[in-house]
Amino acid sequence: MKKLVGYLGLAPLISFMAIFLGLPLIAILRFSFLNSENQFTLNNFVTISSGIYREAFWLSFQLSFTSAVISLLFGFLFSYSISTSQFAPLKRAVATASGVLANTGGVPLAFMFIAVLGSYGMLTTWLKNVGVEIYGGSWTLYSFSGLLIVYLYFQVPLMVLISLPLFENIRSEWRDAATSLGASTVDYWRKILIPILTPQLLGFFLLLFANSFAAYATAAALTSGSLALVPVQIASLIGSNVQVDGVNTAMALGLGMVLLVGISTVGYAILEKRSSQWRR
Amino acid sequence: MNKKVFRAVVGIVLALALSANFTVAQAATKNANKATSAKDVGGLAELIKLAKKEGELNTIALPDYWANYGNVIKRFSEKYGIKVNSYDPEASSAEELVAVRTLKGQDRMPDVVDVGLQFAVQGAQEGLWAPYKVSTWNDIPTAAKDAKGLWYSDYGGYIAIGYDANVVKTPPKSFADLLNPMYKNQVALNGDPTSSNSAFLSVLATSVAAGKGIKGANNIQYGLEFWSKLKSSGNFVPVAATPATVEAGQTPILLDWDYLHAKYKGQSGKVDWKVVVPTDALLGGFYAQAVVKNSPHPAAARLWQEFLYSDEGQNLWLQGGARPIRLDAMVKAKKHDKTAYALLPATPKGVTPVFPSLQQQLLAKALLTPAWPKL
Repeated sequence: MKKLVGYLGLAPLISFMAIFLGLPLIAILRFSFLNSENQFTLNNFVTISSGIYREAFWLSFQLSFTSAVISLLFGFLFSYSISTSQFAPLKRAVATASGVLANTGGVPLAFMFIAVLGSYGMLTTWLKNVGVEIYGGSWTLYSFSGLLIVYLYFQVPLMVLISLPLFENIRSEWRDAATSLGASTVDYWRKILIPILTPQLLGFFLLLFANSFAAYATAAALTSGSLALVPVQIASLIGSNVQVDGVNTAMALGLGMVLLVGISTVGYAILEKRSSQWRR
Repeated sequence: MNKKVFRAVVGIVLALALSANFTVAQAATKNANKATSAKDVGGLAELIKLAKKEGELNTIALPDYWANYGNVIKRFSEKYGIKVNSYDPEASSAEELVAVRTLKGQDRMPDVVDVGLQFAVQGAQEGLWAPYKVSTWNDIPTAAKDAKGLWYSDYGGYIAIGYDANVVKTPPKSFADLLNPMYKNQVALNGDPTSSNSAFLSVLATSVAAGKGIKGANNIQYGLEFWSKLKSSGNFVPVAATPATVEAGQTPILLDWDYLHAKYKGQSGKVDWKVVVPTDALLGGFYAQAVVKNSPHPAAARLWQEFLYSDEGQNLWLQGGARPIRLDAMVKAKKHDKTAYALLPATPKGVTPVFPSLQQQLLAKALLTPAWPKL
């Protein structure tokens, strides 16, 4: 009986998920296997596995992979140095700031970067005054590397946010035990910490990868479609009314994204479970 | 007569009067619903009477700032005492069609629409519009209207170059000028041409310039090469331009419809926005009006069209910086608002305007969509 009441409490969440996650998912599944006349077809998947759409998956993959690797590395270093700091207010401030920054996105984020690093941005102008012309060569904010910088703005704080608790769980007894058995700092990292942390870090990597893969509005506002990323291609297919079966092709692209993000999330969950044994 | 009988009599009389009134209104509505011109209901005066009786008009997707619609609605309301319900002013053409389909038979159903050309044609094919020819029908060029009167172009303009004179000291005069290295990091579109219609037509306009006329409209490859050059020279800023990006100095030069450039001035007073119609291509585009079939206020809908295509309505659009479809005829008859006309950006002499057909647009879009991200 008590259990039943417990499930009842979950009902709002479950119905919310069913309507806003379940139904769209079913629609994506359905329409990606139909043409515009609602007949069954596999054509949409043929379309998205070639030409611009294949390139879009590849570019999205590169962007997500690179940003995940960089933010994993820097986020890890940041949260390690913060967690070893003795200054408690710093820890709290960084955790709060990371929470805010990790959720900054969309058009406002694009505009922030335009205002700072755009061709007439504040930093750009300031650097120009001291003799450094960042727009002197071929680099722009709207290129792959420019977009990467923008993505790191929310990826690194996300990594800090999720990895801070990691260091809380490292017990000082482990180090004491290792040292008393004659291990050096290097040995301690190599033989104890890294093996313990690896599954969790891999999980973080997958989460960062999925987070970057699904980001849309910032890239759309910054590049006007001049970089082919999967979410931008979906928007252009739905918005333009050009291609026959355009909406269905968009759904197929969407399904591709759902699969990629889904695999990453499930992978994250499995790795998270494996590593949680050390936290008991 | 005792009280009871009196009350009954009053009741019957009232009921009769009401039902009679009701029948008249019904008959009139039916009448206006089938009318394909003001003559069908007995002339403009009769149409005004019927419309006043309906008392309301439902419009959709008419922002106040767009082509002076705020004043158009206000003036129509004042003149005829008809309340205008301006629903969903920021809706797109596609959303207008959706509203017409889904609100069928409801009080909120739009009576009239103002849509992009391709949507007017699509609505006609779906049987969403009622044919109606305004009194000034003959002034509308044949190419700009449906022969049966299902839709008719209303106002439009040309793709023009806008620039902030505070940043851009030597203004560009043509699309070709934009390739000049001095405009590095300055030239922008107002969106992604694979999904935004005005950005797409801006690219098509540069294609007409690069292809020296109609050849460029038939083959957008000319335009794609132009933008590829702009991109590799670093002149193209791929930010979707808005009044905010203009104010930040990020998109000091951008392409858009001439009548929509006013918004880039912004509020701050920091921007000195100027508009030029380029000398190497005149790409025109017009929106279209249609009366919705079986809408809730058929007479008011028809009167609205009469108002829009009257000299007064056309001049109101002109005051909003748009070029009304009867402009040529009105200039000839000297009926146009001279002050507003003088404020329109001058169009180059001896350049034939190109109005890309639906066919040309679809073909161009099909070529542009896969090519644009790879420029």
